[in-house]
Amino acid sequence: MTLALEPIADPSAPLARRNPVAKLAAALVFSLPLIATLDPVTPAIALAIELAAIPFFGVRYATLLRRAWPLLIGAFGLLITMVLFAADRSGTLLLELGPFDVTTSVLTAALGLILRLFAVAVPGVLVFATTDPTDLADALVQNAKAPARFAIGALAAFRLLPLLGAEWQMLTLARRARGIDAGRNPITALRLFVSTAFALLVGALRRGGRLAVAMDARGFDSAQPRTYARKQVFRPADTALVVGAAALSTLTLAFTVALGLFRPII
Amino acid sequence: MSEVVLRGFGWRHAGRRAWAVRDVDLHIAHGERVLLLGPSGAGKSTLLAALAGLLAEDSGEAAGTIEIDGSDPRARDHRDPGQGAGIVFQDPQTQLVMARSGDDVAFGLENRGVPAAQIWPRVSDALDRVGFPYPITRSTAALSGGEAQRLALAGVLALRPGLLLLDEPTANLDPAGAALIRESLSALREQTTILVEHRVAEALPLVDRVVVLEPGGGVRADGAPELVFAAYGDRLADEGVWVPGFTIPPLKSARTPGPGLIRAEQVAVEQRLAPVSLGVGAGEVLAVTGPNGAGKSTLALVLGGLLAPTAGRVCGFGDDRPPHRWRAATLTGRIGSVFQNPEHQFVTARVADELAVGPRRLGKPAAEVERIVADLLERLRLAHLAAANPYTLSGGEARRLSVATALATAPRLLVLDEPTFGQDRRTWIELVTLLATLRDDGHGILAVTHDDDFVQALADRTHALGTARLRDPLPHRRPGGRP
Repeated sequence: MTLALEPIADPSAPLARRNPVAKLAAALVFSLPLIATLDPVTPAIALAIELAAIPFFGVRYATLLRRAWPLLIGAFGLLITMVLFAADRSGTLLLELGPFDVTTSVLTAALGLILRLFAVAVPGVLVFATTDPTDLADALVQNAKAPARFAIGALAAFRLLPLLGAEWQMLTLARRARGIDAGRNPITALRLFVSTAFALLVGALRRGGRLAVAMDARGFDSAQPRTYARKQVFRPADTALVVGAAALSTLTLAFTVALGLFRPII
Repeated sequence: MSEVVLRGFGWRHAGRRAWAVRDVDLHIAHGERVLLLGPSGAGKSTLLAALAGLLAEDSGEAAGTIEIDGSDPRARDHRDPGQGAGIVFQDPQTQLVMARSGDDVAFGLENRGVPAAQIWPRVSDALDRVGFPYPITRSTAALSGGEAQRLALAGVLALRPGLLLLDEPTANLDPAGAALIRESLSALREQTTILVEHRVAEALPLVDRVVVLEPGGGVRADGAPELVFAAYGDRLADEGVWVPGFTIPPLKSARTPGPGLIRAEQVAVEQRLAPVSLGVGAGEVLAVTGPNGAGKSTLALVLGGLLAPTAGRVCGFGDDRPPHRWRAATLTGRIGSVFQNPEHQFVTARVADELAVGPRRLGKPAAEVERIVADLLERLRLAHLAAANPYTLSGGEARRLSVATALATAPRLLVLDEPTFGQDRRTWIELVTLLATLRDDGHGILAVTHDDDFVQALADRTHALGTARLRDPLPHRRPGGRP
């Protein structure tokens, strides 16, 4: 689980080095305004800009693809959904799949959704691929003034996540040892799943409780102000990254509005 | 160094009728090193939690006074250097907070508001003092149990506590890891220390005074270790404390083993277990030993029919198919597996129901299930807990229940993973006696274990698995050394 979230970027790349909060903010200000429109051109332009920016984050395209492949499944799911359920079946008929007419408008709508999915998701994947979780928590506390109780607490909980996988396997084996298996009965399988999940939850809560006491014993969340062993600085270059992302996003939207392609979501 | 004074101290957790600890009068002088003993339930951990300032006022009722250097631990000013208590708990996994070792030691210093410029020198000083052998960027996930516990100790020492509290710091570690921690502790001389530890023989070189808590309240004994054990050794041993010099006579099988129950031929599991061949017969105890990472637990899972080997084969009980292909109900009637962590195996909310699960799965009639449950509750001293929730049991009770659940389906072969791990002397003797009886009744028993006493007392044969694959070639450093 942590493996999927460990940074994979060359840490000396010009944009990978930026403050984690700046990267997160840039990703948000760039991709969120794009949700405002339904046309496929806006997200296509945004995606092109994102793909062009990837080398500056020190991430190789092949690496990103390995990290982001679940998005392709999502894209395929969107395509199927649109073919089955699209309300607008106008435009040229391209293909008849039994009762479903696949027309140009269906494909345009599907393409728009898929591009939007990618345009919004790629910046997020990029931020986490180039950021160490500890640095992110530090920057959230120091630069975004997030409460340490939340940011450091989440970081500590995050460290326990990989244990859950091993725990699940032991619980499953232990149930078999007790003579409990589901065989081919789906209802028994579901009940077994729920009971295993419950045991996992109980174990996780206990561990979380013990961790909280240990953190408490080392003075976490006392009234006293914390100091920071690892200083996170928000430099002018970080401001520039956020401003640049906002400018590019505005330009993209202005371009599609000017071309008359803008179709507001509401 | 701190001075500790308790006057008539007591604590009752909210919602409990009984006091966890009561009427304790104790004076611990600067720099003393105290071993705190008492049967399980005497309130040792509660006392340490109180000294660490972890008992919030609204979580229970206090009596008497508790003072460290003249002030209440809850009201202390932690900014004052050399003040306050640091505490190390059992489980290293739930004490480490950060992903990198150095960051974890820095965590407490950040919380106490130590200026940034002083943090890193203090981090490397603390890591030196415990003999942590890796650079500060070392991932905490890549540490062994003993190394992780050394890091947790460093995290506490970095705060320079005047009082160091150790709540069974080696109980969750294998012998090699426990030795690492004792080595680190023996190099520390700057703190007043209070240590809670069941394994007294190993702890004695670290202390100069023994205090025994009385379960009903008060202090039963207090003084130099030789004097305390001369006067109270028998009674403490009976109550479950591992008093040195109280050995247990071996219980070896008098008969030659019966027919083979199960046989493993060159079984291996990729990345976890190198090829091994062995067999277990009726009426014998086979102990499987070996260092951490040699695949002992994996072997137990394979022989227990829970994990498929990636090479080799397991056969037994006259079945053509290997155990991992049997249906669970068939498996549980032939092989009983007891896991290292008893809680992994609990599937119901009542102790009695827990024992009924197996026999019911085998399709036994209700009357017989009832008889089996009643018999096991009696044999394993669980009758008074029949209606309790298995998750609320003490360590020893949970262990007895997990063994009882495996016995409920009357399997011929028992596979146990570290059955005596972390148990007090009393539970230990009960378990060893029970397993000896089962063996003499014709059961085959395979136990994976680190426990030399267990092997000495019970094993008819021993199979040592090969050396661990070395994950890291770095040698261990002695505490106090400079890099």
